Amino acid sequence: MTGASPLRVLIVDDEAPARNRIRDLLSDCALKLPLEIAGEAATGREALEMLPACDPDVVLLDIRMPEMDGIELAQHLLKLDEPPAVIFTTAYDAYALKAFEVHAVDYLLKPIRLGRLFDALSRAREITPLRLEVLRALKPEPRAHLSVNERGRIHLIPIQDILFLKAELKYVTARTAQREFLLEESLTGLEQEFLGGFVRIHRNCLVAKSAIRGFERVTGADGESQWAVLLNGLPEKLAISRRQQQIVREFGKHLK
Amino acid sequence: MGSINQNANASALPNFRNLGILLRILVIVDGACLAAALFKTSEPLALMEELIDLSATVQPTLLASLLALAAMNNWLRRLAYWPAIAAVIALELAVATAVYFLGRGVFDNPGALERYWIFTLLITGVLIGYFDLRARALSPALAEARLQALQARIRPHFLFNSINAVLSLIRKNPAQAEHALEDLADLFRVLMADNRELTLITREVELCRQYLALEQLRLGERLQVTWDIVDMPADALIPPLVLQPLLENAVYHGIEPSSVPGVITIRIFRDRDQIHIVLRNPYRPDGEHHAGNRMALANIRERLALHFDAEASIKTDATADSYEVRIVVPYLKGIT
Repeated sequence: MTGASPLRVLIVDDEAPARNRIRDLLSDCALKLPLEIAGEAATGREALEMLPACDPDVVLLDIRMPEMDGIELAQHLLKLDEPPAVIFTTAYDAYALKAFEVHAVDYLLKPIRLGRLFDALSRAREITPLRLEVLRALKPEPRAHLSVNERGRIHLIPIQDILFLKAELKYVTARTAQREFLLEESLTGLEQEFLGGFVRIHRNCLVAKSAIRGFERVTGADGESQWAVLLNGLPEKLAISRRQQQIVREFGKHLK
Repeated sequence: MGSINQNANASALPNFRNLGILLRILVIVDGACLAAALFKTSEPLALMEELIDLSATVQPTLLASLLALAAMNNWLRRLAYWPAIAAVIALELAVATAVYFLGRGVFDNPGALERYWIFTLLITGVLIGYFDLRARALSPALAEARLQALQARIRPHFLFNSINAVLSLIRKNPAQAEHALEDLADLFRVLMADNRELTLITREVELCRQYLALEQLRLGERLQVTWDIVDMPADALIPPLVLQPLLENAVYHGIEPSSVPGVITIRIFRDRDQIHIVLRNPYRPDGEHHAGNRMALANIRERLALHFDAEASIKTDATADSYEVRIVVPYLKGIT
């Protein structure tokens, strides 16, 4: 530790009393360890919005929160160029705790003890950053959002807003009704994660099931006619590859 | 009688006002008639005649007995076991005698009064023996009901979060922290009590209010509760910890996963001789954490069956944005 700059701590917890408690404990810690409270957030989204301004070294992150839980938020934090150290806080979660031990992830049990918090913060600058695989193992359920880093800001894309995902050269494009986002993730990985909500219509394209409005015969690049997907909210038509033609029959039934 | 508690429920008369008990008596007596008729003949037509003959004398006795037992149920249940048995036997003999003399004019060949008495004594003996065995068989189950009530216990998640909330209050608002700890103590006193006996519905409601006050500390305005209990009879009895675990589910599944305020509605009312408890909470079917909910429901269903047999029910109804649990129990009066 350099000693010069105080440790900047961001508190993320949906329950106000829990945040108060951590704030009290942090002010106790501050007597011996130079630190300052960089900010407090009640939801994951709020935390991400605060990030550029508060630039924390450490995030004390509650696991069970509405809309976006702590483990998902930690995954989005990894998109930052210099992700802060994450220390999870949780009241009780037998399954998660076992997994935390296995992967040597830092966590504090609520009610948090002053001594434990002090130790965790003292080590914070040496904490090895979380790895995405570990977070995915802690929470195998699909994320509620995808995220992209745009000029230092983490931008969230709710899964239900995504119409389709398309692989192009190095990137995957996520298309919403409003705009498109470049993701640094693999299409195969996304397909596995969101198996229930998306369907593969082409080697390079996954379409959200809820976005399919219908099907149409179009003339392909080779001059032969083939099926294409019509989307809700976008005029664009997406070609279905020869191998995936059975989708038309399977979905045709539901659409009627 | 070292283990008086374990046997407390074993030697007692059944509740003659319970539909399940009445049905059991009917089935056993009519089964005995069928057996008696089969013993005499197996010819289908003759069997029918034999049955009709038997029924003509047995059914009036049976129905009159059931009516008399149901009418005297509360008085009988106040007696000790053996005096109560003596009273039931005396009652049955009286009913048999009455039916004999009233029926004498109707039947050509009523036979001797002694035969009525012996038949009545035999059947009564068999039934008393049966209900005693059944009570003994269910008695471990009733002991189990207590264990199950413990299993339906508060989630550790709630305990630790509540303690955390209380800790956060101590420095800034000691009085509120004290009050919260008192609520927590009351809650655990009930959780750790012997929960085999029925409890007053008002006590369960009070417990639920204390529980909700603790959750309110953490969740603030996200948790909104509407009580509609003006038509709740204060003297109604229900098994303890029937409503509280359901509220806990409602908070866990309906309130916590959302960052906008949600309303839990509790409606308790009496409809004729039944008490209805209806609990409704917001809900989003996200396919997550259903195991805990199912476990609590199964536990409550089992305890309702132990206490009320077929007369209680619990139903759930999930719509796109709300979840409703409806419990119906017979209206039993306790002392307020």
